[in-house]
Amino acid sequence: MAMRDITLGQYFPGDTPVHRLDPRTKLLFTVLYIVALFMAKGALTYGILLVVLLGSIAVSKIRLKIMLKGLKPIIFIAVITGLLNLFYTPGGEGEAPLLSFWVLTVYPAGIRAAAFMILRIVMLVLCTFLLTYTTSPILITDGLEMLLNPLKKLHLPIHELAMMMSIALRFIPTLIEETDKIMSAQKARGADFETGSLIQKAKALIPLLVPLFISAFRRADELAVAMECRCYHGGEGRTRLKVLRFGLNDYLVLAATLALCVGIGVLGHFGW
Amino acid sequence: MTDAIINVQDLCFSYDAPEGEAPIVLDSVTLSIDPGSFVAVLGHNGSGKSTLAKHLNAILLPSGGKVYIQGMDTADESLLLEVRRAVGMVFQNPDNQIVANVVEEDVAFAPENLGVPSAEIRRRVDEALEMVGMSDYATHAPHLLSGGQKQRVAIAGVIAMRPNCIVMDEPTAMLDPMGRQEVLETIKGLNKNYGMTIVLITHHMDEAAQADRLIVMQKGTVVQDGPPKEVFAQVEALKAVGLTVPDTVELCWQLRQTGVDLPLDALTDDECAAALYQLLKKD
Repeated sequence: MAMRDITLGQYFPGDTPVHRLDPRTKLLFTVLYIVALFMAKGALTYGILLVVLLGSIAVSKIRLKIMLKGLKPIIFIAVITGLLNLFYTPGGEGEAPLLSFWVLTVYPAGIRAAAFMILRIVMLVLCTFLLTYTTSPILITDGLEMLLNPLKKLHLPIHELAMMMSIALRFIPTLIEETDKIMSAQKARGADFETGSLIQKAKALIPLLVPLFISAFRRADELAVAMECRCYHGGEGRTRLKVLRFGLNDYLVLAATLALCVGIGVLGHFGW
Repeated sequence: MTDAIINVQDLCFSYDAPEGEAPIVLDSVTLSIDPGSFVAVLGHNGSGKSTLAKHLNAILLPSGGKVYIQGMDTADESLLLEVRRAVGMVFQNPDNQIVANVVEEDVAFAPENLGVPSAEIRRRVDEALEMVGMSDYATHAPHLLSGGQKQRVAIAGVIAMRPNCIVMDEPTAMLDPMGRQEVLETIKGLNKNYGMTIVLITHHMDEAAQADRLIVMQKGTVVQDGPPKEVFAQVEALKAVGLTVPDTVELCWQLRQTGVDLPLDALTDDECAAALYQLLKKD
């Protein structure tokens, strides 16, 4: 069934140095790497970032094939962005257009800009894949909660958001199972989910979504009572079974990432 | 009276109805439950047994009367966490009670809420999983477990709070016969081996028969209260409130109707067979 293929933030368990890093380290790495990516200007900076990324992927032992497979949905965006950059980048002074027909003109600068833009999008996506493929969703949620902890001072509901995220993750398989069951029940009574135009197909989903929503609300209600019975009273005074701890590796990676970010910033400033 | 773990006095409850008269769900229920006992509450749908259960850890508050848990009034908001810690609650659908993606994380949920230090949480989680026989599944994902296993995880999640009493609201209603047996054995083990007070809400006669004490509810009132053998012997009274009796009691009762002299306290197949054997030997 197609429903079974729905995966959000697919995680490939493993025991590599990348897997073992603290989720906070990986989150910070991802953010700083993306910042660096936007400061990169020329072949040198892009080259350094590409080597760092490919190196990290190699250490994580996630096969490049799996990584590239995940790129499929963004090919369209990458190509469109590339084309726009190709045609709409004005050339420098005294630069002759390489190609010109109708309203479209291509300068050498356009080719450069398009290539870098596509590279930037691909690297950005691969870098987030590296995070989600090597870190379990629960750890990402925990890491996010701890990283955003200072914002609690501003009365932002960080704990509540993290709790919502982890409960959502917990219920994805349960709700998928339920959807399957409802679909089978509707099909047994002659519902047709596969044929017809797009609008007909969308309409066919209504008898599927209504019971699914009702049951989700009922579940939410029961879960809330069950949580209260187990003394849940918000994030205040809560302790954790597993406390996240920075190791030596985490400090090294963070220092290296910071250095990388600053380095790329400086190099990018000079246009390299 | 004072050392009872649960003390319900003259409890009345009706849901708030916007207009018209609110139906009375519980009508002056008075009972007390001793520490270490295994009490089954039996009743039809709408007999108020689940509503009673929800009063035992302050999910619902009495409209009239009082509920005391180890002397603490459930209506006192400042004691709420203490009351909930003392009386754990297990519900029907295990899927809707499990909070985390990993079994041990879920069991850790209650002690985490109570602010227990990490090392102590680890100890409690291991101990709770051991008590329900799920230690081998500590790092599994709950949605891949069977119904009975999920319910045992839910029970472990409550045990980890170190409650003195566990109230179970039809914990086997959604399980297959295998899962039912599993959960029932777990419940009995908690009572016998660890002295945990158990209140089991059920509509299965055979589950109720295994308790030390049986309370029968009908239309919001307690109509029978006593050891299962005594309660089930009142076959006519139970039939009058629309409940059946265990098959063995039913058989003996039917035979009695035809004039055979049989006792009505045979709750298990073996007891029934023994009673019949005695009868046949006499003839």
